[in-house]
Amino acid sequence: MKSKLFHTFSFRRFWAMVGKEFVQMRRDRVTFAMMIGIPIMQLVLFGFAINGDPRQLPTAVLSADHGVYARSIVAAMQNSDYFRLVQPVASEAEAARLIELGEVQFVLSIPEQFSRRLLRGEHPALLLTADATDPAATSNALAAFKIVAEAALARDLDGPLRHMRRGKAPVEVIVHPRFNPEAITQYNIVPGLMGVVLTMTLVIITALAITRERERGTMENLLSTPVRPLEVMVGKIIPYIVVGYLQMGFILIAAHFLFHVPLVGSVLLLLAVSLLFIAANLSVGITFSTLARNQLQAMQMAFFFFLPSILLSGFMFPFRGMPVWAQRIGEVLPLTHYLRVVRGILLKGNGLGEIGPELWPMALFLLVVLSIGLKRFRRTLD
Amino acid sequence: MSDVAPVIAVEGLTKSFAGKVVVNNLSLRVEPGEIYGFLGPNGSGKTTFIRMLCGLLRPDSGSGVCLGHDLLTESDQIKPQIGYMAQRFSLYEDLSVRENLDFMAQIYGVKDRRQAVDATIERMALTPFTHQLAGTLSGGWKQRLALSACLLHQPKLLLLDEPTAGVDPKARRDFWDDVYRLAAEGISALISTHYMDEAERCHRLAYLAYGDLLVSGTAEEIVADAGLTTWSVTGQRTHELAVQLDRLPGVEQVVPFGNTLHVSGHDAQQLAASLRPFQEKNDYRWEQTATNLEEVFISLMQGREA
Repeated sequence: MKSKLFHTFSFRRFWAMVGKEFVQMRRDRVTFAMMIGIPIMQLVLFGFAINGDPRQLPTAVLSADHGVYARSIVAAMQNSDYFRLVQPVASEAEAARLIELGEVQFVLSIPEQFSRRLLRGEHPALLLTADATDPAATSNALAAFKIVAEAALARDLDGPLRHMRRGKAPVEVIVHPRFNPEAITQYNIVPGLMGVVLTMTLVIITALAITRERERGTMENLLSTPVRPLEVMVGKIIPYIVVGYLQMGFILIAAHFLFHVPLVGSVLLLLAVSLLFIAANLSVGITFSTLARNQLQAMQMAFFFFLPSILLSGFMFPFRGMPVWAQRIGEVLPLTHYLRVVRGILLKGNGLGEIGPELWPMALFLLVVLSIGLKRFRRTLD
Repeated sequence: MSDVAPVIAVEGLTKSFAGKVVVNNLSLRVEPGEIYGFLGPNGSGKTTFIRMLCGLLRPDSGSGVCLGHDLLTESDQIKPQIGYMAQRFSLYEDLSVRENLDFMAQIYGVKDRRQAVDATIERMALTPFTHQLAGTLSGGWKQRLALSACLLHQPKLLLLDEPTAGVDPKARRDFWDDVYRLAAEGISALISTHYMDEAERCHRLAYLAYGDLLVSGTAEEIVADAGLTTWSVTGQRTHELAVQLDRLPGVEQVVPFGNTLHVSGHDAQQLAASLRPFQEKNDYRWEQTATNLEEVFISLMQGREA
């Protein structure tokens, strides 16, 4: 049986297949680009951009004590590489606001007379407040902080103060992880999923739906009727917006009842702001559909957009863990901003004021991509 | 020419794609109620011309009137009055026959939609397939459905781009019966085709090659104007004879039809002189015969290529 199979296997025919396959591979430019582009993209993104142990997290210091020990703790933090001190803040309100806006990841509060009380052996408390919406972004830094602080003091408490190094730690470190105190990963992932699911549905499905109409020749039929291109476009898109909202509703319900994610902010505001994000994704889908010649190409293009969206937006990996160039690319993507909006509203209770800075980059993206798409979508076939 | 306003009257219509002229300076008139046949080899510009008529493509230059409206500026007024059937089946394969018709009726804003769809299904004998998905219909029935979709809004002009390609003879016959019936109702039709029997069914014809309109008129006029003389020869082993005849002076075409050959040329005398030695042998039956359209068109093509 085996030998018979071998005898009937013709290398000439086999080579004909191989040769033909390579010729076709070269002809289909998008597939070719995908075969080359996706590995390079993944290599760069996973190899250089993604970092599971984010360093240089922006930290504000609210210090009511300017003594030597306070200074040395701050200096040690800076040296630890986990923290990057951005600015000193003057009030607790300002510190709280910076965290809510997401401008800093941590606020270190040093109480009054810290140094003096330390020397008296009163074990004063250091308060480190964290924006813990993404536990992956903060956990390592939080763990490191205690060691950093104690090591810094150990260096200072030498000579006659050596005795203080024995027994109970000279300072008490209190960590206050806000928004997600139990560090439950689902709290971060589930709201984020909303953005990912919308990106997937809206970009891929819109691109496919419009390309299918052209690939199957039905677009030609449509364009010969009195129907207007705008009617075709809007008519094709609205059903998917409805689907997008249904998906959102489903995820919100699951987040609340299944994963017990706290829904702190206004769901109504979230639904309203989502329209901008939906529009941004649709514009990508439409633009892909004007570039793709068939559904396979539309799918491939959508994948090119989807991959960096997932990896660079802060959905899977902490945004601040990425190098600056990767963050810059991430800032262009609508998903990055939408994730901040969703997490901001749902977990932090952000209002329109706080999420405002995330809206205009999405609007700009929408404007640019839509103008490309509309320019390419012409009424006639030529 | 008649006094009635023509359905289509175009003058010097030209269209190029990427510097290649596809329709070159085309002028043409179609009268009301006329079935106008559009012939020509593949890539001759037939589809491009039809697409310009229904507003899918914008002509580079030239002018034209279709159903009383300017082709370049008033395509929005033209579209509701024409029924266009693309070369490829272009309705939704994943919708049923009824759903497709209902959708098209909605797009055209047909009044009393349900009734209109029902009437069309009935008239086109689509009743057994009403709820079948269009994609599962056979070629002939797909074509019938496509024609039905063109008729829902009672257009005044049908633009049918190779409607019978790949359809069996019975379905073609039925299709032409429909077209004749519609013409009797006053609906004009411009039909592109590769079939000579269909060409002969048209009231008038135009023959396009590489963007140029080579001839137009009735089938009889076109044959008469071509000035071809044709002999038919019947007998055994005509394929060997064909090879010999093809080399003779004055012989421009030798076309086999089973055991018969058609031999044609423009110069009747030279042709007769060349054939005489063969006719004197008694093993073949020779007779002069009417030139048919296909011979005329092949001859036109050869003239273009030379």
